[in-house]
Amino acid sequence: MNLVKINFDRCKECGYCIKFCPKGCLSKGDKINKRGYFPPVFAAENCIACGSCARMCPDTAISVYKDVE
Amino acid sequence: MKTIYEKPQVFTDAITTYCGGCGHGIVGKLIAELIDELKLQENGILVWPIGCSCLSDRYYDMDNFMALHGRAPASATGIKRADPSKFVLCYQGDGDMVSEGMAEIMHAAIRSEKFSVIFINNAIYGMTGGQMAPTTMLGQVASTAPYGRETLNSGYPVQMAELMATMPGVVYSERVTVTSPANVAKCKKALKKAFELQLEGKGLSFVEVLSPCPTGWKMAATKSLDYIDEVLTQVYPLGVKKDASKEEN
Repeated sequence: MNLVKINFDRCKECGYCIKFCPKGCLSKGDKINKRGYFPPVFAAENCIACGSCARMCPDTAISVYKDVE
Repeated sequence: MKTIYEKPQVFTDAITTYCGGCGHGIVGKLIAELIDELKLQENGILVWPIGCSCLSDRYYDMDNFMALHGRAPASATGIKRADPSKFVLCYQGDGDMVSEGMAEIMHAAIRSEKFSVIFINNAIYGMTGGQMAPTTMLGQVASTAPYGRETLNSGYPVQMAELMATMPGVVYSERVTVTSPANVAKCKKALKKAFELQLEGKGLSFVEVLSPCPTGWKMAATKSLDYIDEVLTQVYPLGVKKDASKEEN
């Protein structure tokens, strides 16, 4: 399984990760962080660990790992 | 477990002061990745301008210098000449470089200073509230151009990458953008080339990055990327404008 780890408090809710995920694994979240943004939530089902979300994230809030046990 | 992407090691845990979706964050991250890849942390000095990126010294765990408004190339010249073994990166926005410090960047290019310059072009003064910059496009609405920029009073947008390509002292000039993962990869490639040319001791290397400013443009962040692709690149075409790296100097 692949894992996209989102640093909850670094996120500024720009939506780039959601826009550029080719498999639609990321979607809008409903929990607010301490800076007042709603970071996205990740669903692992279709993730191919391409890293597009992490490369587009302007706030370096995303880490991507492949084949996590 | 294989790591596909993690925060670059040179980055500190400080959260940037940029707005959500700011292109500075993406370019800053690419710089950090390249500093890690090329092992420049010990030997590099980053020169920051006035503008949204002026607090960048907090984000990198290495030597930083914050220059006066528009004077980053002048400060970088001093640093590079005092110790040519150092890697010196000069980072400027469009208000800082094209408006306030046009003389400094032109003379750094005339003297063919041996450092790298990254120019962030978002066609607006971001930090001070979206005023018209010399790079603002004709017809673009800014807080000091409420009916759009017109040529009668404000003239024409400045194409820095083309301008620098005409200078004999500039060894490399390219315009890139960060509007998609593919463009981010191209941007990283251009930055890497610019950094490597400096390490080889060639002349000034210049990379212009078309960067989104969702707050200044009053757009959603994802819309601002489309705006670059559809509108900004018409005035500022992407691509390599000059590559004299193979020529003998």
